[in-house]
Amino acid sequence: MLAGPMLEQTVQIVSNERDTDSYFRLVLRAPQIAPLIQPGQFAHIRVLPLQEALLRRPFSIFQVEGDTFSILYKTVGKGTGALARMGAGEELSVIAPLGHGFTVPKHGGETPLLVAGGYGMAAMYLLAQRSPQKGIAFVGGRKRIDILCEKEFQALGWNVRVTTEDGSHGAKGLVTKPLIAELKRNAKGRKLFACGPTGMLKAVAKIAEEFNVPAELSMDEHMCCGVGVCLTCVIPVKTGDGPQRDGGWEYQRSCTEGPVFDARQVAWEETK
Amino acid sequence: MKSKAQNPKSKIPDADSGMNLSVQIGKLKLQNPVMVASGTFGYGVEYAQLLDLNQLGAVVVKGIRLHPVRGNPTPRTVEVTSGLINAIGLQGPGVDGFIKKYWPFLKKLKVPTIINIWGTTVEEYADVARRFDALGGVGALELNVSCPNIKEGGSQFGTDLKLLAQVVAACRKVTKLPLITKMSPNVVSIAPFAKAAEEAGSDALSIMNSYPAMAIDIETRKPKLANVTGGLTGPCIKPIAVKLVWEAAQAVKIPIIGMGGIQNAADAIEFLVAGAAAVAVGTANFYEPRTALQVIAGISDFMRKHGLKEVREIVGSVQTGK
Repeated sequence: MLAGPMLEQTVQIVSNERDTDSYFRLVLRAPQIAPLIQPGQFAHIRVLPLQEALLRRPFSIFQVEGDTFSILYKTVGKGTGALARMGAGEELSVIAPLGHGFTVPKHGGETPLLVAGGYGMAAMYLLAQRSPQKGIAFVGGRKRIDILCEKEFQALGWNVRVTTEDGSHGAKGLVTKPLIAELKRNAKGRKLFACGPTGMLKAVAKIAEEFNVPAELSMDEHMCCGVGVCLTCVIPVKTGDGPQRDGGWEYQRSCTEGPVFDARQVAWEETK
Repeated sequence: MKSKAQNPKSKIPDADSGMNLSVQIGKLKLQNPVMVASGTFGYGVEYAQLLDLNQLGAVVVKGIRLHPVRGNPTPRTVEVTSGLINAIGLQGPGVDGFIKKYWPFLKKLKVPTIINIWGTTVEEYADVARRFDALGGVGALELNVSCPNIKEGGSQFGTDLKLLAQVVAACRKVTKLPLITKMSPNVVSIAPFAKAAEEAGSDALSIMNSYPAMAIDIETRKPKLANVTGGLTGPCIKPIAVKLVWEAAQAVKIPIIGMGGIQNAADAIEFLVAGAAAVAVGTANFYEPRTALQVIAGISDFMRKHGLKEVREIVGSVQTGK
């Protein structure tokens, strides 16, 4: 698969502030990149002051507004730690937009049901915004602070159903519980879109199969180059025409063929 | 190849300065000494939107064997201080897949494509070499005898003098294309290996491939790579590579392509001074895709500053006092 239009640019930080207890919201001015962005795509960002950590960091694109786009991120390591110390007016190197994103439902098409594990919600905002049908967003996390974008989705007119594992916000339990209940009520004409940890995606794929509904999953893999050359971010994908022609699967790149894959295509038995 | 070397759209700053950046690798002429290292640039097309490939010295594609290769399980790479360890396992489309999917793009480039090839037997190396010889339009073949992540093939050939000579000689027999042998750093002394490749008919040497390495998660006590070990690349290996280039340059007459951790022109010039006739940018492509172009511009600046007309004047100019 050949990639869509992408640009490498040095862009300016408009703002970079704590959004919730655990997440930062980074807004970048990128007039040439912003209009190219499709739902489910990502930006590959190099934190220029970071010397010893070489690689860019991939981030799902959250919102696009005018000539800016934004990402939500958690400080988890060197890269995001250095990023959190940067402020408005400073510059970052960005390659974007990258990846094969979600299929935006057509007018009068399936009703989207979004399933997000914590941070995964940010990756699906553009999809919700650009979908002609409003649907239901199921968002789950371990605790209250893991739940993101609830207000933003409600402002789009979406029904948001929150679950937390400790019951500190919304219903207690896993995000798949209200999803199954909803599909039991009515699965017809619905399509699942999911982004979150691999375990959750695997569960969503199984649910989609049981209820015979289509599902698109955004896979979260470690990446180096982000453009399809290093072959770090591969996932096993079923194919009748794979290079091995022995087990009917091959490794495909999350950064190029993905990050969004059809749930039926993933060779789950080959995943870790 | 001469027409390929002259790119009218080139923005390389030596165009009207009378400086000559071109270098000769066997019978292959490159418009400048800066290429991209195998495995860090895919098949060229992936980077076509981010830089003008026709400004490079050459494009070197990821290693190809006769048949498609699935590659290793994940995780396949891990970032370490000033470097990267990888164990991709040479995932690739095989000769037929490459010719179908990538060659139509590459053959239209104005700069040469160097095909990195490998096999699990001496015969397979020769078979692959024969296929690319027959294809027509290939700039050169780079023999990968040094990948640390493949159980059979790969580095077993590059760390055994007899096997190395056999692979090179077998390929030499089936093609007149320039042969570049990509050397393993994992040998006690590189000089005899460099000589063995030269004597078996190699036209040039690429020095070096990645260095065998490992990283462990201290909480889970598990290796960070599914393959347990991998190959270290990036700026942290540059001093090792510079030393190997310097040693090999004293042992052989054929040109050396220096690589290992090049991030900027100064890094590249250091390799030239050590004795490399050309260089390749590797891991830096992953984070700064235009590194090679910046290196080309920086070499021109260096030549201007030092009043040099030929890039060759830099090659092997190290003053060791010996």
